[in-house]
Amino acid sequence: MNNKQQNTKKVVVPIGPYHPLLEEPEFFALYCEGEKVVDVEWQAGYNHRGIEKLSESKHWDQVTFLVERICGICSTSHPFAYCNAIEDLLGITVPERARYIRSIIGELERLHSHLLWVGLAGHFLGYNTVFMWAWKYREPVLDIFEIITGNRNHYAMFKIGGVRRDIENEDIPKIRKVLGELKGKIEMLTGAVLDDPVLAARLKGVGVLTKEHIKNFGAVGPVARASGVDIDVRKDDPYAAYPLVEWKVITTENGDVFDKAVVRLLECFESMKIISQCLDAIEGKKGEIQAEVREVPSGEGIGRHEAPRGECFHYIRSDGTNRPTRHKIRAPSYVNIPTFKASCIGQTIADVAIILAGVDPCYCCTERVAVYDVEKKKKLHNFKYLVEKSKEKTEKIRKEI
Amino acid sequence: MNIKIKALKKSLWVYHVSGGSCNNCDIEILDCLTPKFDIERFGMVLVGSPRHADVLLCTGIVNKKCVERVKEVYKQTAKPCVVVAIGSCACSGGMFRDGYQMGGPLDKIIPVDVYIPGCPPKPEAMIAGIVKVLEKLK
Repeated sequence: MNNKQQNTKKVVVPIGPYHPLLEEPEFFALYCEGEKVVDVEWQAGYNHRGIEKLSESKHWDQVTFLVERICGICSTSHPFAYCNAIEDLLGITVPERARYIRSIIGELERLHSHLLWVGLAGHFLGYNTVFMWAWKYREPVLDIFEIITGNRNHYAMFKIGGVRRDIENEDIPKIRKVLGELKGKIEMLTGAVLDDPVLAARLKGVGVLTKEHIKNFGAVGPVARASGVDIDVRKDDPYAAYPLVEWKVITTENGDVFDKAVVRLLECFESMKIISQCLDAIEGKKGEIQAEVREVPSGEGIGRHEAPRGECFHYIRSDGTNRPTRHKIRAPSYVNIPTFKASCIGQTIADVAIILAGVDPCYCCTERVAVYDVEKKKKLHNFKYLVEKSKEKTEKIRKEI
Repeated sequence: MNIKIKALKKSLWVYHVSGGSCNNCDIEILDCLTPKFDIERFGMVLVGSPRHADVLLCTGIVNKKCVERVKEVYKQTAKPCVVVAIGSCACSGGMFRDGYQMGGPLDKIIPVDVYIPGCPPKPEAMIAGIVKVLEKLK
């Protein structure tokens, strides 16, 4: 608290809630001395929709669609983790073809999400060529999604015990063709981004997170892997088709924003490797795509999935009825965003936007739980008000005693 | 024709406000700007301030924390201003309509001119919606 009281004397630069840089509503207060950032505060809740509570009022099959709408970018990660949780509770095995299809969808999503990040990172740096370029190459991935699932973003592919629809054998050559073309383009993009002297000057040595920081904050995903911590749920706790195909976890050592970009770009190639192996495995064959699930017994289950941003975790408790009694969700950004405490402080204001963007924050994923006080609606940003409230309460309690 | 309307239709400047969405509509709005759809060829561009905006694109359920802020953003826009509700959430609340944090749908908060439903609406649908806005203004 002393720290915060000191902060009130410094210059505050607000970013958000509606800032042209962030497409989601979010509020960051940067406390500055001159150009230097000395502290950052983060206020959440602008995206809170009460999904965990809503989940308790929907039946098991409906929840897959609800959790899909937690986030539009990682809209397969949440159903993936949710289905893993229920299957953990049920103790069933998913048919092999369904496992391959699940992995294909998961990896396609990683591909489009990483390309999206590269584009946005370019946009944040005022380098709109990279933005337009990366998003142009992201379109073919969305076209593949449209071929497979019928929608560009919310795929509705997941179902407890399997997948909702098969990948038709006649579609596979089309998917291969698009991926083949895409590979060359992403190689070119990677080369251009990594060799660009402007990007290197802006990103190298900026927002460094050490291994210690990663462990203290519990950061996951590409943020952790860029600092040399090789955590990846797909390798550490294999599920779906990941143990059946060959791929490797990408890590780098420096932990700056440049390395985060490197990790994400190189992961795109690993994803493409996984997809082509999965396509090999299902091509020309026929098989079951779902296990039969009649009812969900009482008990609890956990499920994990390596989302594009890191480990996504779902916990489910059932009392034998047709809806969950508790559904806990922890999205990767929830642990990744607070790393700005370590990476932003001491940097200049100009670098903060890209550092904040460097963890690929996804606020709609993060805001599952938020305390919302109607009374304080307008004064939320005013720290003095909170101090006064706190003093009032102390006085009140003192009188009562 | 009103001179203000005549000036408005020339080149629509767009401000995008998200009131608690899943990000998907927002991403699709950005997608409209990228080379495949490229709405800038119609003179449309995303601007950084509501004071410059002719069109307000609003996504999401507009949760209780955002209600006041969305009203504020609407107040700041220069009138006449076209308000477009993008996505099922902004149009009707979608699957979140029973949630405790639901402050919308959008037409309860600010007057809405055009609804573009879909989860998320495709960029083509958004472009078609904007064309209808232009027709409406005539």
